[in-house]
Amino acid sequence: MLDDLRDLYQEVVFDHNRNPRNFRVIEDADRTIEGFNPLCGDRITLYIKLDGDRITDVSFQGQGCAISTASASLMTEIVKGKTIQEAEKLFQAFHKIVTGQDDDLKLEELGKLAVLTGVRQYPSRIKCATLAWHSLESALKGEQSSVSTE
Amino acid sequence: MSTVPTQSPQTYPIDRIRADFPALQQQIRGKPLVYLDNAASAQKPNQVIDTLADFYRHDFSNIHRSVHTLGERATAKYEAARDTVRRFLNARQTEEIVFVRGTTEAINLVAQSFGGSQFKEGDEILISAMEHHSNIVPWQMVCQQTGARLRVVPINDHGELILEEYQRLLGSRTRLVSITHMSNALGTLNPVKEIIDLAHTREIPVLLDGAQAVPHLPVDVQALDCDFYAFSGHKLYGPTGIGVLYGKRELLEAMPPWQGGGEMIRTVTFEKTEYNELPYKFEAGTPAIAEAVGLGAAIDYVEAIGWDHIAAHEHALIEYATEMVHTIPGLGIIGTAAEKGAILSFALDRVHPHDIGTFLDHYGIAVRAGHHCAMPVMDFFKVPATARASFGIYNTLEEVDQLIHAIKEIIKVFG
Repeated sequence: MLDDLRDLYQEVVFDHNRNPRNFRVIEDADRTIEGFNPLCGDRITLYIKLDGDRITDVSFQGQGCAISTASASLMTEIVKGKTIQEAEKLFQAFHKIVTGQDDDLKLEELGKLAVLTGVRQYPSRIKCATLAWHSLESALKGEQSSVSTE
Repeated sequence: MSTVPTQSPQTYPIDRIRADFPALQQQIRGKPLVYLDNAASAQKPNQVIDTLADFYRHDFSNIHRSVHTLGERATAKYEAARDTVRRFLNARQTEEIVFVRGTTEAINLVAQSFGGSQFKEGDEILISAMEHHSNIVPWQMVCQQTGARLRVVPINDHGELILEEYQRLLGSRTRLVSITHMSNALGTLNPVKEIIDLAHTREIPVLLDGAQAVPHLPVDVQALDCDFYAFSGHKLYGPTGIGVLYGKRELLEAMPPWQGGGEMIRTVTFEKTEYNELPYKFEAGTPAIAEAVGLGAAIDYVEAIGWDHIAAHEHALIEYATEMVHTIPGLGIIGTAAEKGAILSFALDRVHPHDIGTFLDHYGIAVRAGHHCAMPVMDFFKVPATARASFGIYNTLEEVDQLIHAIKEIIKVFG
């Protein structure tokens, strides 16, 4: 593979694209939301189970490019067990870093999500990485409709 | 100004054509640019770029209203471009050539002016299932305003219009047929002569969306007997912001103006306005003057190469590309019509088109990945999107090889 693509397509991204985690339906989800990126046709349905303000389970279904699938998969892994406030903080940090608004942010705070920061160099692909997160944010705010990145 | 390539009877002057396009001389991410996004927009030859620059340097002024020398010079060039377009489409009269911003505006003009004044509750407009959004949405808008209904002619699994269904849908309520000459998402070339003849037996006018067809084949609006023909300059190696609506004189005469303003009037008082004659009735405001002149230069350029040469060259490209992609396991072609232009829409089993697009860019190859403004087509073929390689006069068989090589590499990486 071309070396300069490695920044965007790291091995972790390929792994999560091939074997997305939490790729299933939660039948008794407390929140369900659909996300859509009209630019590339990516669609995601996000399922969330809450206990008070804690996310006890989260999963997704849908189809999308490697970046959006890996991002959704990584997101479900990282927010499971977190409180709504913690997830919201993570979303803010992630969003700032992938849109290039905050280069000083410590990558450690993002944990595994740091593999997606290469998307900063690809303005047309940023929405792929943020679709799942926008969907999560809307779902946690209690919105039950659909969310679009356009 | 550089010279237009003269045609050689035996060989296609590919080197000279490529040398005319400065944008093709660059490297992308360290690799020579392979530009295969021509269906979205084509690159421009020096002949067009120089025409625009020369016009702005020496001849520019507003047109029609000025008595000074530059005004007359600019007007003469603008009107000469209109006559070039008339000749290009083989229209009877220059009055039938209306300059607009592009195909989209041309269709909106017909929808609002013709449709808005003619359509009534229960009337039907016929389009096809392979239309670009710009030949769907303007009709939906006028349907909402008038109570008319949009009917859609279905396509088969090859992406071909089903003519029997078309015949069945043509009825006493049909007021207009609006169909693409060539599909942007599938490459399908429609049997437009048959479509028009069938509609005319019921005296139904036909609009052809020529955005994709015009760069690839000669169009003769009199031979086709189409009632409206729309195309854009920028896909024809010309400037953006300029396009053409051809309309039969008697239809255009009967249509009310679409936009009001300067140029489109003869006299204005606060009580009453008398509209200008054709085509100025539909050209309110200062038009894209230099762009129209540039479009004239683009038409001269492609005509100098010759349609036979262009058709043979592009046919060789799409044939070769189609043959080569058949050797790639897990690749499916979307759009396999028997009559097809130089567009190759495809999907890979395990790689999303957006990933294909980004990967190909790293090989210097520009393709389009997405729904190509034809979401209903994507729905029909049950794909979220496709990758699309679209060819033009300057593409080469070696570039096809590079595309094939890169696709194989992508499949390897995604496993």
